[in-house]
Amino acid sequence: MFLTISTTGTPERPATDLGFLLHKHPDKAQAFSTSYGKAHVLYPEADAERCTAALLLEVDAVALVRRGKGKGRGGAPDAALAQYVNDRPYAASSLLAVALSGVFSSAMRGVCTARPEAAVQTRPLRIEVPALPARGGAELVRKLFEPLGWAVGAEPVALDAEFPEWGDSRYVRLVLESTGLTLAEALRHLYVLLPVLDDAKHYWVSSDEVDKLLRAGEGWLSEHPEQKLITSRYLSRRWSLTRQAMERLELVRLAEADDSEVEEIDNAVAAEAETEEKPTPLAVQRRDAIITALQASGATRVLDLGCGQGQLVQALLKDARFTEIVGTDVSMRALTIASRRLKLDRMGERLASRVRLFQSSLAYTDNRLKGYDAAVLSEVIEHLDLPRLPALEYAVFGSARPRTVLVTTPNVEYNVRWESLPAGHVRHSDHRFEWTRAQFGAWAAAVAERHGYDVEFVPVGPDDPEVGPPTQMAVFSLSAAPHTTEKEAKAA
Amino acid sequence: MTETQTKGRVLPVTDLSLVVLIGASGSGKSTFARRHFKPTEIISSDFCRGLVSDDENDQSATRDAFDVLHYIAGKRLAAGRRTVVDATSVQQESRRQLIELARQHDVLPIAIVLDVPEEVCAERNAARTDRADMPRRVIGRHIRELRRSLRHLEREGFRKVHVLRGVEDTENATVVTEKRFNDLTHLTGPFDIVGDIHGCALELEALLGKLGYADGVHPDGRTAVFVGDLVDRGPDSPGVLRRVMSMVKSGNALCVPGNHENKYGRHLRGRKVQHTHGLAETIEQMEGESEEFRAEVREFLDGLVSHYVLDGGRLVVCHAGLPEKYHGRTSGRVRSHALYGDTTGETDEFGLPVRYPWAEDYRGRAAVVYGHTPVPEATWLNNTICLDTGAVFGGKLTALRYPERELVDVPAEQVWYEPTKPLRSEAPGGHDGRPLDLADVHGRRIVETRHAGRVSVREENGAAALEVMSRFAVDPRLLPYLPPTMAPTATSHVEGYLEHPAEAFAQYQEDGVARVVCEEKHMGSRAVALVCRDADAARKRFGVDGPTGSLYTRTGRPFFDDESVTEQILDRLRSAIDEAGLWAELDTDWVLLDAELMPWSLKAAGLLRSQYAAVGAASRAVFPGALAALEGAVARGVDVSDLLARQRERADAASKFTDAYRRYCWTTDGLDGVRLAPFQILAVQGRSLAGLPHDEQLALLDRLVEHDPTGLLQTTRRLYVDTADPESVRAGVDWWLEMTGRGGEGMVVKPVGAVVRTEQGRLVQPGIKCRGREYLRIIYGPEYTRPDNLSRLRGRFLNHKRSLAIREYALGLEALDRLAEGEPLWRVHEAVFGVLALESEPVDPRL
Repeated sequence: MFLTISTTGTPERPATDLGFLLHKHPDKAQAFSTSYGKAHVLYPEADAERCTAALLLEVDAVALVRRGKGKGRGGAPDAALAQYVNDRPYAASSLLAVALSGVFSSAMRGVCTARPEAAVQTRPLRIEVPALPARGGAELVRKLFEPLGWAVGAEPVALDAEFPEWGDSRYVRLVLESTGLTLAEALRHLYVLLPVLDDAKHYWVSSDEVDKLLRAGEGWLSEHPEQKLITSRYLSRRWSLTRQAMERLELVRLAEADDSEVEEIDNAVAAEAETEEKPTPLAVQRRDAIITALQASGATRVLDLGCGQGQLVQALLKDARFTEIVGTDVSMRALTIASRRLKLDRMGERLASRVRLFQSSLAYTDNRLKGYDAAVLSEVIEHLDLPRLPALEYAVFGSARPRTVLVTTPNVEYNVRWESLPAGHVRHSDHRFEWTRAQFGAWAAAVAERHGYDVEFVPVGPDDPEVGPPTQMAVFSLSAAPHTTEKEAKAA
Repeated sequence: MTETQTKGRVLPVTDLSLVVLIGASGSGKSTFARRHFKPTEIISSDFCRGLVSDDENDQSATRDAFDVLHYIAGKRLAAGRRTVVDATSVQQESRRQLIELARQHDVLPIAIVLDVPEEVCAERNAARTDRADMPRRVIGRHIRELRRSLRHLEREGFRKVHVLRGVEDTENATVVTEKRFNDLTHLTGPFDIVGDIHGCALELEALLGKLGYADGVHPDGRTAVFVGDLVDRGPDSPGVLRRVMSMVKSGNALCVPGNHENKYGRHLRGRKVQHTHGLAETIEQMEGESEEFRAEVREFLDGLVSHYVLDGGRLVVCHAGLPEKYHGRTSGRVRSHALYGDTTGETDEFGLPVRYPWAEDYRGRAAVVYGHTPVPEATWLNNTICLDTGAVFGGKLTALRYPERELVDVPAEQVWYEPTKPLRSEAPGGHDGRPLDLADVHGRRIVETRHAGRVSVREENGAAALEVMSRFAVDPRLLPYLPPTMAPTATSHVEGYLEHPAEAFAQYQEDGVARVVCEEKHMGSRAVALVCRDADAARKRFGVDGPTGSLYTRTGRPFFDDESVTEQILDRLRSAIDEAGLWAELDTDWVLLDAELMPWSLKAAGLLRSQYAAVGAASRAVFPGALAALEGAVARGVDVSDLLARQRERADAASKFTDAYRRYCWTTDGLDGVRLAPFQILAVQGRSLAGLPHDEQLALLDRLVEHDPTGLLQTTRRLYVDTADPESVRAGVDWWLEMTGRGGEGMVVKPVGAVVRTEQGRLVQPGIKCRGREYLRIIYGPEYTRPDNLSRLRGRFLNHKRSLAIREYALGLEALDRLAEGEPLWRVHEAVFGVLALESEPVDPRL
């Protein structure tokens, strides 16, 4: 909510020209109303040698929250979008950027009737933002400002000196210095990059953001090495707002009830995977291996248990031999994304009649899952706490009991071959365990024994002679049992 | 009933049946139906034709009309309601469909034929404008088809056929409703239900003696109920038959048939059956009996009814178990299921059929008591119990006293017959790790609670709860309770305060609660602890192998990822319970505790870092520079002194905010620094303690804390307040001011009597929280105390939160009651799941 802009000068080009450029007189304090609170412009120093303008935005945190009034019950604002305990009153966020463009609109456009020549001249500038929220840290701050000709000082702010183990906060103390930029350029950089660094998800951005970005980015954004990141972050905020409003509220409330962040529980769908355009080769290999095994089993009615975003369902639909494909997941978000991916609402009736998606849980038996030829559990079991695995085992092998069950899971031995994976780390933050081939084999053999299945193992991906394949797959088939006639059954 | 009707024929019609009226157009079926049945019992094909085509006589709509008719009839029969089909039904094909429908719903198909002369039909049709143009030949065809059908009706599957010939017969007939044979709901017992006897006459006599019967009669008028398999394998089947038959004859006993009687009965009727599975022994023993006795036995066995529904529908007795949809139904497959049970079609390693674990799926309200499958111990599973404890195999003969639900048994004198396979170690279907069924929790649900009636759970809330329950919660067997949310006190208008205890005391006084207890509110994270005496107790009572209990958060997540840390805490609790002597005193080997676990930073670390500490950090980073700038401007003579003063105030508020959250954070190492403050014992074996007055609760808990030498357990400070006494109320307010002044979170005010109702019978809030002025900075933001902020924040709405608190409380109490009464896991879980689902309802999270 606070930043300063300083310049130095000479008797010929006095520093106080800053007042003309900003259209704000150095000897006055001026206040402006914005939709988030009052903005003040004042000059702590102003002489020919040095002049500093300060912009202070008094954010009304209560109003910010109450903006949502009427949405929740009894007019109470909904939790997901608003918190009274909020860094907005302190941090230099998108709100400050909005205030900046409102208060210094002419300066941003480079218009100065009093000193028209000064408006287009570069001059020494120093900008200080003491509390800049920066997702990506000091490193990203440098990557964003340095290509624009700024000397960047970015110093992380500790979360709490009393608890050093908590580490640094997401704020940095930013000092930008340059002699080669005009004030208008500097302001436009701030206007775009403050919200990009903030990357907050919770604030409304109006629908003409694209135009605003193009205008403010004129002359520098197209050449910026981080152009893609800047554009996507700048424009992604609006999208995530609607997404939250649509899908997450129940889970947000459950997270809040438990003093947790919603990301801790609403993580069934990996954020980055959601927009997966080019699936990783391993995922493709896994899908191919599963489809091959399904085809070999002769299955036509297939369950994809834990279907996630529906990639496998989509692949199965392309093969007409699969006449009934059911995708289930416990995550409503996953099902929504899967349904969107498959375009279920627009699918032709004939194709649509082959596929169904619904919420189910492998911690419970579900009668709707009985009577299918095959079930696929692809990268599912490792998302369960180990003590809950017997429940899944019974739900699938004891209750649903399809003829064929395919289970894939990471082979932890292979992790040493992933260069990007630090030693001892699991591949996904929600993996509750990852097994060696021996551990998986022992589990699968015991399951098969308990439930009357035979089991075989198929490597997926390059089968490393030392550590095995990256993914291991078990193919369970119901053992051929001697058939009992009704009469024999009664006789006993 | 009118005079004329009583003169004619009497037609018995079973209370649950599908009645098919058969007669030509104009034979008077509709009139007959209206005279003898309730309007809602009758579905007419004409009406259905009208429904689908707007024209009751549109023959082209017939197919659709019958689809509708069958659909409605199916719904009625599934709900157990007698249904009368008013259509001509003169063709065999149309009757076949109806008989099929009756079988699908396991009810008796009954035919009532109205055989009225063609002239009469034609005359009646001619008198009706809508049918006047019906060709005469149609009626003729109807009558011919009807006559042709008459001989076959019983063979087609009708279990009763009443043929009324001529107009007079039709008009004078009377319909009387008969109960089904299996419907003994009017008998309320008490009963002594006896398991499979298999010719063990000595054991039977011993058991009857132990139950208090003298020569087949109980002095208190109790009724014995035999679940069948009286004969075969054992030493004296005739003796057992003689005893049971005489008790049934004298009205001292009921008996349902087992598969062994059934087979022996077929033998007696001269059918060829294999003399296996102990039948040879029975035949041989019966050789020594008189022909007369064998005839009596035959008659007895022929008269046995497959199962009985007793005690107002609360008890079902049959031989091999029976799913709820078959209770009180009458069909071949119901009988077959009652006698033989369901099998999966597979055979086990001993060549015996694998029985379908029907009891796992059972969700009915009636207790089902059965036998058939020998088990070492009779145990309840989902409100069902198998009483076959293998007496003939050297096990024991078991009886269940009902409604007491006590088991009485006598050991076998010897192994009378070698079993084909060893007795299974568990009740049929009672496997480890067997999950609950999705149908128990999924979709929109209504949970019946003892304390607040029906509580409904919306579908979207259930869906969210399912996700959290499935992905994060502990094993449902170790999750018998979730704590309800708690409403804050009404908003205060005392200057500078948003919450103040005065309102809480006033609220309780208004609700008629004279005495309340103020309990210190510990600022940590809510934790529920299930502590079993040892792993064995956990196995026996909760069916888990390994853990000795659980420690979970308010959404059911394990508190610690590391199971060994949980076990260490349980261990400390266990030894405190040990030392305090509470196991014996509470007569239990497990204790369920509600508590607060501290520090807050232990679980809320993520939130602290991303939100609370972050706000503090941002404020500390920004204010020095901002204040310096303002001071600089002031020094230059710019008039910003108001702004400066305001920013100083804000900096001060932010620093107070930091102080506030810091109080609830400290560093822990393993269990060092971890503290647990128990504030209620929720339940112990056989008893919910939710209604135990809080003073007694706290006295028990104090002893627990006293007996913990490790420093883990923390006491809860408290003060009793008399809500009608201003002096006492003032003391309560002062106590709160003092405690929150020192940085305490606040307090919870509870009625001392725990579960309390108003005079009108409404549940009062079980607790009202009054949070401290400084603490609320964590909730409403650092600057909430500014007068303009406070005045806006006072506009908060508590009603939904209060209603939610009461509904969740009722569900929590329900879970505890169900747990205490040993109800099936799914019933406990249903209530627990409901609490979690309601937690996702939209309500202001700051309340």
